[in-house]
Amino acid sequence: MTLTWLDWLLMFVYFGFVLGVGFALKRKTTTSAAFFQAGRAIPAWVCGLAFISANLGAQEIIGMGASGAKYGISTSHFYWVGAIPAMVFLGVFMMPFYYGSRARSVPEYLRLRFDEKTRAFNAISFALMTTFSSGISMYAMAKLLQILHIFDRAFASLGLGPDYIFHVCIISSALVVLVYVLLGGLSSAIYNEVLQFFLIVSGFMPLVYLGIRDAGGWSGISRTVPEPLTHLWQGFGSAATSPMGVDAFGVAMGLGFVLSFGYWCTDFLVVQRAMAADSMAAARRTPLIAAFPKMLFPFLVVMPGLIALSVRPIDTPPAMVAQVAGDMRATVPVGVIPYKVREGTSEIVRDENGKPQLDYDLTVPTLLLRYFPTGMLGLGLTALLASFMSGMAGNVTAFNTVWTYDIYQAYLRPKASDAHYLWMGRMATVFGIAASVLTAYVAAQFNNIMDVLQLVFAFVNAPLLGTFLLGMFWKRATGHGAFAGLLTGTMAAALHHGLTLPLGAAAGVKGGWLGAIHIYPSEMAQNFWTAIDAFTVCFVVTIAASLMTKPRDDRELVGLVYSLTERPRDEQLPWYSRPAILGVIVLAATALLNLLFI
Amino acid sequence: MGLDVRVPVGVMFATMGVLLVTYGLFGDQSIYGRSLGININLVWGLVILTFAVTILGLAKLSRRG
Repeated sequence: MTLTWLDWLLMFVYFGFVLGVGFALKRKTTTSAAFFQAGRAIPAWVCGLAFISANLGAQEIIGMGASGAKYGISTSHFYWVGAIPAMVFLGVFMMPFYYGSRARSVPEYLRLRFDEKTRAFNAISFALMTTFSSGISMYAMAKLLQILHIFDRAFASLGLGPDYIFHVCIISSALVVLVYVLLGGLSSAIYNEVLQFFLIVSGFMPLVYLGIRDAGGWSGISRTVPEPLTHLWQGFGSAATSPMGVDAFGVAMGLGFVLSFGYWCTDFLVVQRAMAADSMAAARRTPLIAAFPKMLFPFLVVMPGLIALSVRPIDTPPAMVAQVAGDMRATVPVGVIPYKVREGTSEIVRDENGKPQLDYDLTVPTLLLRYFPTGMLGLGLTALLASFMSGMAGNVTAFNTVWTYDIYQAYLRPKASDAHYLWMGRMATVFGIAASVLTAYVAAQFNNIMDVLQLVFAFVNAPLLGTFLLGMFWKRATGHGAFAGLLTGTMAAALHHGLTLPLGAAAGVKGGWLGAIHIYPSEMAQNFWTAIDAFTVCFVVTIAASLMTKPRDDRELVGLVYSLTERPRDEQLPWYSRPAILGVIVLAATALLNLLFI
Repeated sequence: MGLDVRVPVGVMFATMGVLLVTYGLFGDQSIYGRSLGININLVWGLVILTFAVTILGLAKLSRRG
């Protein structure tokens, strides 16, 4: 497959519109509140779609498709267990404190509730993490587009080698995001996230439709792939039989509670979207509105993994067939998922038993090339690009806000003018993106994007949940307690990771760098239990240290702690706008989906 | 309140829809083997065009109201 003028035209239409949104908002972005908080004037549905789109980066589309092919429909646990309950909790219980306090960011909430050092710890680790994530995202996109070879001809006609595809992808996507965030700040990012949300859906819906049709429907897929892949909970009775190497308790506790609440309820990247809403009611509705499409996303992003296993390629390069003839294709279905090829050669990567390895990260893009003719291919690639950019812009806007408000204004230059902070926000956008580009080049040595990200979440986010839960729901929690909890929780995560190793991995970045005293059946199991461990340590230490230190006056905590804050009233709202009712509906629907695929 | 985001979304999808429909109608008809014989450019172009018209209509309604 190669691209035609039509595909290029569709891509440039998209670039034109995202940049256009930035230019349209330029005149309105004259204060720091407009730049960092979108003036707190965005309607709930826009915030809701931006909320989900900011999270829907490269690692999600590519990683979920890859996991769908590896673990099957159980990958939906990342949505139905690992996202929806936490999103509902955020909207119903936690948004009142984020939106109702005077905080402009999540770290700033920590300063109001606890103290300066807790905020500093969170702000610095968060700033590093966002830069890291957006670098990973950029790397993933560039690598992928290079491996697909669809740009080869265009680059060759310009006299450039395939290496340039990687550089041009990174620089051009970074530049587009840079320009629209510089111009319109958070509003620009949010409006473009809505645009990107619709694009992603419109690019992947026809793909799933054609794929399922080709596979002979769900029954066709069930006939082709190994049976456990089509069931959500089969084998989850024990870690030994579970496809992910984690039992149901580990999934519920590790993914469903610690990792998911730790991410959705405390990560400023997503919470920032809800904080930009035009009212308290809208802010609370934001994650709930987001939960509805999120609940259906497995059909868009996990299903391609199963489709890819069930269908046949149109044409496989003959060289490749010869290399693996009789090897594997006969025993395990590999569908259209290509084999992993050593970089720069056509040699297939094999494990120590000589078994050829599949390149799962290519699952989704391969399907795009398999089913889309020119035209739709342009739209599909644009959807992929849109997901990369929405993820990157989410990170960049969260980074520039935390840097400017929680690091620069807090510690470096406290009493400058608003215009100065607006200028600093724009500077932070520039160096945040520059740092991400640098990370993208460093990230080139890591392989599975999902696993690395999960690991980072486990270290930084898992203890955080303990801090926020105690901060919001236990007025006795103190700043010293919170800080001690965060510090020991993060150390516990590192220690746990250093002392354990997933089955078959070598000591190092995968863990066991202090000597492995426990072996987990999979990397995912190790990540979940690292998170559970960090959370528990943080929770216990925060309570213990709080009880030993001086509590704060109740009057100072009004609006920051559940028991001292008036409940937001929503009786005047119609039923479909009340957070609690929306929450119950989305939870019930999610439970139903679980039953459907049990 | 700033920009109504439905306008750029609607106009962008209208543009893309028109491009896909036009190509689906007048472009090379031999390329649809891979999409199971379905003229996916025409079909999906019409779908997103309908979406674009709907969302632009909603934007117009709320401006008037």
